[in-house]
Amino acid sequence: MVEINTHTEEDIQVIDVAGEIDASSSIELDNALNHASKNFKKILIDLGQLEYISSAGLGVFISYLEELKKEEVKLVIYGLQEQVSEVFEILGLQHLMNISGSKEEALTVLNEG
Amino acid sequence: MLFTFFDLYMLFVEQYQLNVDLSKILPQIFLTTMVLSTMAFYRYTITKADSINFIDLLWRVFITGLVTTIGSLLIRMFFYIFGNSTISENPLTINFLYNILIALVIIYLVSTFVVWKRLILYQKSKNLIQLWTFFEYALMASLIFDLFGNNYLSVNFNTLLIFLGGLGLVLSFNLKWIAYLNFKQKWKSILFILLSGIYLYHFMLNLMSFSDTELLDIDLLERVYFVATFVFIILYATIATLVTLFNLPTSSVFERKLQEAIDFQKLSQSIPAGQSTEQTYDILLESSMSAVFADAAWLEVKENDGSTTLITRAIASVTVPDIKQSVKQEFIKKILSYQLTKEFAPHKVIGTLSHPDYKSIIAVPILVQNTQIGTLILLQEVGDAFNREMVDIITTFVNQASISIENFRLIQEAIENERYKEQLKIAKSVQKSLLPSILEHNECFEIAAYSMAADEVGGDYYDITEPAEGIFNLVIGDVSGKGTSAAFNMAQMRGIFHSLAQQETSAKSFITSANLALGKCLERNSFITAMYFVLNTNNKQLNYVRAGHCPAMYYSAASKEIKQLEADGVGLGIIRNSEYNDYVEEETFSYGPGDLLLLYTDGIVEAKNEQREQYGATGLQRSLLKHINEPLDKLNDSLIEDLIEFLNGNKLDDDYTLTLVRFKS
Repeated sequence: MVEINTHTEEDIQVIDVAGEIDASSSIELDNALNHASKNFKKILIDLGQLEYISSAGLGVFISYLEELKKEEVKLVIYGLQEQVSEVFEILGLQHLMNISGSKEEALTVLNEG
Repeated sequence: MLFTFFDLYMLFVEQYQLNVDLSKILPQIFLTTMVLSTMAFYRYTITKADSINFIDLLWRVFITGLVTTIGSLLIRMFFYIFGNSTISENPLTINFLYNILIALVIIYLVSTFVVWKRLILYQKSKNLIQLWTFFEYALMASLIFDLFGNNYLSVNFNTLLIFLGGLGLVLSFNLKWIAYLNFKQKWKSILFILLSGIYLYHFMLNLMSFSDTELLDIDLLERVYFVATFVFIILYATIATLVTLFNLPTSSVFERKLQEAIDFQKLSQSIPAGQSTEQTYDILLESSMSAVFADAAWLEVKENDGSTTLITRAIASVTVPDIKQSVKQEFIKKILSYQLTKEFAPHKVIGTLSHPDYKSIIAVPILVQNTQIGTLILLQEVGDAFNREMVDIITTFVNQASISIENFRLIQEAIENERYKEQLKIAKSVQKSLLPSILEHNECFEIAAYSMAADEVGGDYYDITEPAEGIFNLVIGDVSGKGTSAAFNMAQMRGIFHSLAQQETSAKSFITSANLALGKCLERNSFITAMYFVLNTNNKQLNYVRAGHCPAMYYSAASKEIKQLEADGVGLGIIRNSEYNDYVEEETFSYGPGDLLLLYTDGIVEAKNEQREQYGATGLQRSLLKHINEPLDKLNDSLIEDLIEFLNGNKLDDDYTLTLVRFKS
């Protein structure tokens, strides 16, 4: 099960994701990303409490890559646990997404340029 | 039998008349025998009939009465015709005719008595049977008592008469059978019983007129048995007539209740499969309408496929919305618009309408598993036509019908599920045929593979093909997600592999072409991770790319160490343009004899035990080193066994696949 909380910090939509994302709970992530991508230019996702993400969950992130690029929305994820980080890296997503270690780092990436 | 006895009796009596010296007790005995034999005859014929038809029984009494009365009328006529002649005053003639009359009266009394018994003992209780048996024995006793010729109105006579009369009165209040008569039958029985009473009265008069002549040898009116039976029959006839009369107005209620019970049974019987839901709807509508005397009704049911069935009775479908509009009560409006949230109260479903044709309405929701699937509406042209009791009946009908409807739906679902299962089975066997049954190889290497899907079908894929002599293209792939959609994408992957891998190309050129092809057919949130190897046994080289797949393990026989093949790469279908090339690295290296390549999907390394620990690449690596010297097929089994041991009964929820290649030379 996944718990997704959203709030706004200045012009940034912050999404906290905790728990596990599998095929069924990936819909919630999709809803959160859908809302954020339509209303914000800066999205910050805290994956610190995310313990597992299935391929379906990764598919949600991937499905937004093109749209975010086109709409010039900047998305940074940060705080990935080791196992989750490994999954992102194996798939090669570190080339395509902004992945940061800490929130400060993530904010710098978000606010630059 | 009866008449032989009768004749015999008459004969003896005549004989007696001629032989005056014979004992006085003899005619008494004959009379008693006559009573007993008639009793036996009627008991046999009347009790024999198994099914009780009350009207038939009463009809019997009526007919017997008619025949016997005609007999007695003939006797009267005789006296009327020969009014003052000597014959009519001759004691012999009088006694002879009187004896015939006695026989007729006895036949009538006894047959009526037996019928009354049958009626009284309808739905008998143990106490009632005891009381009745006692009454019958007492009557028998009075017969014996009569043998001693006690005087009419003597103390003994009166005591016994009052005693028997009292017993008869108590017994006469057993009238359960009347409740089972319908209106018409009640009228008939009143008629029959009244006529029986008239016969009795007539007999009485007749007997009395004989009695007045004071020439009789045996006066029937001086016998306790006869008087008591007379009294009892009259009593029961009177009480039965009165009770039936007073029951007349309630008989329609009883009939209606019976109809309700029958309707209810019909509804219950429509539960088993084989009958259609339409039949249940019809029975529900019809029984409800007749139960509350509704002028019109309709039934609305939301079917599983989203459509709504509307069945109307005595009302056009087009007027249904009008009536819905004219409902005054909020609660009923809620029911009609399927907004019912909680249990409904019976008194709330009765409402009034502001409609020119109809004034009263009952709207009962049809609930299946606590959700409203339909509504039954009953209408009456007059105001305040419905009451609580009616709602209770309708609710019972509706509940019964809901069970029926629910059953039908469950059966349909079960059939549907069975069909899906069947189709998944087909899909499973189709998918199995998509994985290679024979793995192509030559003398330079061995190859083994194992694949298992978490659901019926999965998204893992492996294959090998030999496009040119000594050149083998090997692939392992894992489609994102699982189940049917993954299985379809896996089939796409296979198609692409079999068309592109037939050419002798580099691993990188294969994977970029595959990415372009898949980018056109995968949904936006689907991707495939893969590793693709070009295995050249001619120059003993391996050329590979890793498209986001978990890194294969390579065991070097020379160093006895395992390294991960982690060339950079991105999953297929993630970047859907030529930029993809920039992210994919190609590696090439030489292999040596005894080296081993292990390909696997993430189902294995992400497998978790009960403690939620992942098996991980380390688990797999450890297992590989432990069994590295086993023959390839055995090694394959051992790796799976180790994984299952680690899981310790925990179920795998992802597809998992292993492919092993061992180089010989």
